Amino acid sequence: MITIDNLHKSFGRQPVLSGVTLSFDRPGIYAILGPNGSGKTTLIKSILGMAIPDKGQILFQGKDIRGQWHYRRQIDYLPQIARFPDNLRVSELLAMIEDIREEKPQAMGRLIELFGLQPYLDKRLGNLSGGTRQKVNLVQAFMYDSPVIILDEPTNGLDPVALIRLKGLLHEEKEKGKLLLATTHIMNFVEEMADEVVFLLEGHIHFKGSLDSLKRQYNETSLERAIARILQGEPGFSANGHIKQAVRLAVRR
Amino acid sequence: MLKILKYSFFDLMRSRWAYIYTAFFLLLTVSLLWLSGDIAKVVASLMNVILVLAPLIATMFGVMYYYNSREFTELLLSQPIRRRHIFFGQYLGLALSLSLSLLLGVGLPFVVYGVWGSAEVWDFMMLLVVGVFLSFIFSALSFFIALRNENRIKGFGLAILVWLFFAVIYDGLFLLALSLFSDYPLENFAIGASLFNPIDLSRVLILLKLDISALMGYTGAVIQKFLGTALGMAVSMAALSVWVLLPAWGIQHVAKHKDF
Ligand SMILES: Nc1ncnc2c1ncn2[C@@H]1O[C@H](COP(=O)(O)OP(=O)(O)OP(=O)(O)O)[C@@H](O)[C@H]1O
Ligand SMILES: [Mg+2]
Repeated sequence: MITIDNLHKSFGRQPVLSGVTLSFDRPGIYAILGPNGSGKTTLIKSILGMAIPDKGQILFQGKDIRGQWHYRRQIDYLPQIARFPDNLRVSELLAMIEDIREEKPQAMGRLIELFGLQPYLDKRLGNLSGGTRQKVNLVQAFMYDSPVIILDEPTNGLDPVALIRLKGLLHEEKEKGKLLLATTHIMNFVEEMADEVVFLLEGHIHFKGSLDSLKRQYNETSLERAIARILQGEPGFSANGHIKQAVRLAVRR
Repeated sequence: MLKILKYSFFDLMRSRWAYIYTAFFLLLTVSLLWLSGDIAKVVASLMNVILVLAPLIATMFGVMYYYNSREFTELLLSQPIRRRHIFFGQYLGLALSLSLSLLLGVGLPFVVYGVWGSAEVWDFMMLLVVGVFLSFIFSALSFFIALRNENRIKGFGLAILVWLFFAVIYDGLFLLALSLFSDYPLENFAIGASLFNPIDLSRVLILLKLDISALMGYTGAVIQKFLGTALGMAVSMAALSVWVLLPAWGIQHVAKHKDF
């Protein structure tokens, strides 16, 4: 559904993505991981046409997205920072998005109930707590039935109840055969939810594959430790890597 | 675009600052009208306030609004609409809400006072027209500056500097040039120079309308002498329109290539 080919992006003299090639063909939940500032948000924004690539190409359902905007009708997006116009009410914000998309949101009522937002509908967005604003953000992101959902740190500031509801929601959407991309720093969340992980580091994709293959490649039982290995710059040992590992172990002894 | 405009406008009209801005003009106009009673004089005094304040407030609102809605703009950018429509919608919502504050604050007292029917109704209208022009021009300039500067402090500083330049520094430079080159015929220079300053243009426009030669100043007098009142006003109006269109074009041009 989404193909990214040799994507380069720098801000000023700082390179952020240097040759990212990646594709999301099958439905499921993909976790996009990487340390702070590694370019996860930039990657997402490139897919949405918000950051303009220096080089490379992004195809959405086979079509180059450059200069296009219609394709965004097929994508729901949850921004990393939930900040909305201070003086609009919650209900007005949701109405505004409906107005812009010119499409009835079929799941809005249910989501408002799910996250317990009824008491807040007439409140101004500027007066809401951070977590409540994130719930509004979630409603806005899930209220349409688009085939692709992109979530930038969806768990930000949520209480445990809301977190459980969110996970349920993600499961449901996945069952419908959608493609979900989510960035996060919470490894439990990844282990519980993700079908595949993409690991971004220093502008490159360091790993893409299932959780099991990641653990296997670094010979670790927990995701956290496997990630720590990537961060410490250790080479993994896939197929032919077993030999290297054996040698290294031997040397260590 | 109209949808974005609508919500930006509502958001802004409900802000505390919009109330304060409107209330300030209400108070000022009411007190001037009831203290003096001479509509032409009140228009002239209000002119001096509006020429300074409308650009300043538009400048500050423009930058603040852009930076405060930065994250929300990103959400809008992820929606299936054109970039241009987002930014024009926001800009027009901003310019219209500023204009409405001014129209209400200055207009209501005049209407209550009975300006319709009086001989000076067109002087009063010209004041409003100029106020609206200045709101549109300076909010576009500041929105443009904010759009070009990620750094809020730099953007804010630059926008205030632009205001300061047109409101204060420009006149100083202009007078300096006049006194340095007083031996030469400077009429064309004077006309040309005032075209490059929207605040000057606005002043000329009102003074031509009021026809107060004592206040006209050098540029006003020159324009009246060379172009006549009618043509002078038409030229000033056209120049002010260009002052709106230029930064507005700049906004969409910068927005087109910008990373968010
Ligand atoms: N619009 C921009 N202008 C300039 N630099 C930017 C811009 N957006 C991002 N950057 C820089 O690009 C780098 C990558 O940022 P990005 O937001 O993609 O990181 P991230 O992986 O999402 O980090 P985090 O985990 O903290 O959310 C950072 O160094 C950031 O400062
Ligand atoms: Mg991020």
